[in-house]
Amino acid sequence: MDTFLQQLVNGLTAGSVYAVVALGYTMVYGIIQLINFAHGEVVMIGAMVAFTVINALAPTGLSPLAVVLVGTACAIPVCMLVGYSMERLAYRPLRGAPRLAPLITAIGVSILLQHLAMLVWSRNVLAFPQIINNTSYTLGGASITNVQIAIIAVCVALMGGLALLVYRTQLGTAMRATAQDPHVAGLMGVDVNRVIAATFVIGAALGAVAGVLYGTYYGVAQYTMGSILGLKAFSAAVLGGIGNIPGAMLGGVLLGLVEALGAGYIGDLSDLCAYGWIADFMSEQCAAAGHFILFGSNYQDVFAFLVLILVLVFRPSGLLGERVGDRA
Amino acid sequence: MYYMKLGITLIAAAVALAGCGEQKPAAKAEAKPAAPSALEVKIGHVGPLTGGIAHLGKDNENGARLAVEEANAARTRIDGKEVKFTFVAEDDQADPKTGTTVAQKLVDAKVAGVVGHLNSGTSIPASPIYNQAGIPVISGSATNPKLTEQGFKTQFRVVGRDDQQGPAIASYLATTKKPKLVAVIDDATAYGEGIANEVEKTLKAANIKVLPREKGTDKTTDWKAVLTKLRGRNPDAVFYGGMDATGGPLLKQGRELGIKAVFSFGDGACTDEMTKLAGAASEGLLCSQAGIPPQAADKKFLEAYKKRFNTDPILYAPFTYDAANLLIAAMQKANTSDPKKYLPELQKIDFTGATGKIAFDEKGDRKDAEMTIFTMKGGKLAPIAIVKSGKTMTYEEFVKGMK
Repeated sequence: MDTFLQQLVNGLTAGSVYAVVALGYTMVYGIIQLINFAHGEVVMIGAMVAFTVINALAPTGLSPLAVVLVGTACAIPVCMLVGYSMERLAYRPLRGAPRLAPLITAIGVSILLQHLAMLVWSRNVLAFPQIINNTSYTLGGASITNVQIAIIAVCVALMGGLALLVYRTQLGTAMRATAQDPHVAGLMGVDVNRVIAATFVIGAALGAVAGVLYGTYYGVAQYTMGSILGLKAFSAAVLGGIGNIPGAMLGGVLLGLVEALGAGYIGDLSDLCAYGWIADFMSEQCAAAGHFILFGSNYQDVFAFLVLILVLVFRPSGLLGERVGDRA
Repeated sequence: MYYMKLGITLIAAAVALAGCGEQKPAAKAEAKPAAPSALEVKIGHVGPLTGGIAHLGKDNENGARLAVEEANAARTRIDGKEVKFTFVAEDDQADPKTGTTVAQKLVDAKVAGVVGHLNSGTSIPASPIYNQAGIPVISGSATNPKLTEQGFKTQFRVVGRDDQQGPAIASYLATTKKPKLVAVIDDATAYGEGIANEVEKTLKAANIKVLPREKGTDKTTDWKAVLTKLRGRNPDAVFYGGMDATGGPLLKQGRELGIKAVFSFGDGACTDEMTKLAGAASEGLLCSQAGIPPQAADKKFLEAYKKRFNTDPILYAPFTYDAANLLIAAMQKANTSDPKKYLPELQKIDFTGATGKIAFDEKGDRKDAEMTIFTMKGGKLAPIAIVKSGKTMTYEEFVKGMK
């Protein structure tokens, strides 16, 4: 039971980061039906910028919280700029083009950003200075650290803030209007270009925060970290229903849980010696080693994509349904 | 017509220049033997002198250079003639392609023997070139087993092999920490899986229970799921076969989850980087490296090195020093610097150098090579034990034995 609870805590932490990244995918998809594959790279750049700042400030003796906050405060504008330039230079010229063109451009932008980051921050794995003292709290047998609590809290706050922005502000209304029909929204006086740019910039800012959280949680950053994280967040967005903001949040958290529980239990579940008749069949190997495990925990990353495939096959519009505006 | 003339002139000039380039060293070579009864013997050294590990390359080179200079100063005689050893240092940039190029260069320069290369990645592709030319080559730092598994008679190494590391750290764990249950994790790479298998084998032979293998990848940063599962089984020790970039997060997350077990690693994660990657959690980790730390080498060597280069050896200098001395000793024994003639002497040599007794097995590996166990103390890796042919002795005992 302790183990199970702990896996839930692990999954919840990773899942809330996935959820914040997934929001970046889903917002852009909701508004211009583009899967922005470069979003993972924006998250990576957020982590890298924060790394540089935190690394520079760590020896100054500022309080750890202040250092991380300054790091985040530097990462957000950089990522916003990256998000804006991406939209302005790569996607806007292709606005009316067939869907395949911006999709391939997105992959191109992703590769470009990755290699730029490699030139700036080298190909080495960068270790974040360990400035935060981990304090563990025990929660019904599971331990949860202050960092984990902070991550979950920040992610919930970000999701709440985004929901407020989208459903309660003028910009949010304009975004929803543009998502429904850019032409009509334009006729109603909405500056469609500005709204789309704002969507990218907000998504990038969320990505920056996610990058900082991810980097400080695991303590490492590398120029390739964005690709797998991005793909997982994309799967989370599809799981919840791409284009659907509450869906991305739900999808992210669910994916984190599936991954943690999957990686935690697949080894035991795929131990053939635990099953009566198969164990008899394989008695030789079972007697020698006591176990015959088909899939190990290195299949952790597979779960995200397994979920993606299952969703696409059985519920292509995701758990909460795709919401890309009604096109008459 | 004018252009043609110019072209011909240019070509002629180029040929002349190229000729000069070739002739100059030849002229030198001719000039040397003119001095009566002095034999010139070239000894090559290859290591990266540029790039990220240039400092290690220079360290290796210094070791070999010291040996050659000492041999010259001692007026070493071969076949009744005084020998003038010339040290030819080449830079392979730790790049396999450059490694083969400079190997060919040394072969063309007719060196009598080579010390190097530093990396396994450059040593392995270079080894067939030396083998074909019949030139003995001794590496002081390449630990990949494959190097001496190719069946080349000319290939030797004075440092231990990676596959001797697993048994070493496992036997250290078994004898000093006496765990009842050990969890073994690897990163699903050839290196990680290989060393983890060796560890598991050695532990099982010592009647220690080993949990079913857990795996990550060489990019895993989230070990929480695996570690949570292991926490439920409560192992006394954890071994991870992988690099520091993944081992650091593993260790950090393990401590975060409250796992109290001893964490142990192979040389891939036996670096000072671990303090950065795992922070305070790295304190007390155990890890192994092939060979012995330079401070444990023979005192005479350490003093001579410090005097000559005004710095302390960094890593493998004692080994390259021994490697160069081995070449010279074999030449003296065979009474010739002809590689083909002194090679058999090298194979059966029995030599005591700065790193202890050296003899080679039939593959060219050092017999009873030492492995060093390190622990993280106050943010720095400190040697605590030396494992030699399955026997563990404390580092202090070993150092005393060397003096």
